[in-house]
Amino acid sequence: MKIKVLQNILDANDQIANRNQRLLDKNKVLAINIMSSPGAGKTSLILQTINRLKDRVRIAVIEGDIASTIDADRISEEGVSVVQINTGGACHLDANMVSNALDSLPLGDIDLLLIENVGNLVCPAEFKTGAHKKMMLLSLPEGDDKPYKYPLMFTESEVIVINKIDFLPFLEFDFSAFNRAVTGLNPKAKLFQVSCKTGEGIGEWVSWLESELRGR
Amino acid sequence: MHELSVTQGMLDIALEKARGAQASRVARINLVIGELSSIVDDCVQFYFDFLSRDSIASGATLSFTRIPMQVRCRNCGLSFFPDKSLWSCPQCDKWDVEIIAGNEFYIDSIEVE
Repeated sequence: MKIKVLQNILDANDQIANRNQRLLDKNKVLAINIMSSPGAGKTSLILQTINRLKDRVRIAVIEGDIASTIDADRISEEGVSVVQINTGGACHLDANMVSNALDSLPLGDIDLLLIENVGNLVCPAEFKTGAHKKMMLLSLPEGDDKPYKYPLMFTESEVIVINKIDFLPFLEFDFSAFNRAVTGLNPKAKLFQVSCKTGEGIGEWVSWLESELRGR
Repeated sequence: MHELSVTQGMLDIALEKARGAQASRVARINLVIGELSSIVDDCVQFYFDFLSRDSIASGATLSFTRIPMQVRCRNCGLSFFPDKSLWSCPQCDKWDVEIIAGNEFYIDSIEVE
């Protein structure tokens, strides 16, 4: 006997993600899921963001890594709440891991939650965490062809931040080809160019975050 | 890379549906997986054989239907299968597409006895 099922295999994850988002909404927390390759600069961007906003915005961070507490230690030095998730080999954060991390955070005292996903351009795009916005970071040395190689990541991300633009003189990164690929696939994507090293462009990124916070 | 947890999720759904139908055995699970899903068939099969061994789904055949990435031009509406390095519309030459197929990941049906 054949039984029609037509059920998404990630349904269980999606349900927990929805529950996470309701909990965040109840506490008026804006959560951003930050995704990128390893080494693109997620932690550096988070540190820059904390540095610019911490006097005005109450920030907390969830750090996802396969192993180690290096990133969480760096962030904790800035005096913000941080929870480290070690996925123990898993290539992405899933909704259940984030749910456990939310239990350890003082949500009533947080305005902005930055969720640093595991460095990977594939699997994090598929798993909802409950964050309100998905954002991806691409560093210039990774090359302008990445939208073709990881189309799901570039489609799912509402915000795309290009980091390490101070490298531009040393690389052959074709911005017009890159922009054409990104906007062709995801015309509503919000694009920023920054350098976490020099601070260039960080102001625009932070202003956008503040406008999103005001809009809530 | 995350096949263990998704295989467990898939098995849970199949067993729940089989129990609902009061089946004594799951013979086959028909899966639909898009090209953009980061799922490796052999890897799912390997974990499935392990995870299902004490259940009524033990020994079930997994059938994988792969769906290629397909896009639709937002300008003229043409659906096409893009070349890996070229997303411009073959009909109107515009470069403005939405993905309409390729990220599926679901159980289409199960066959039970």
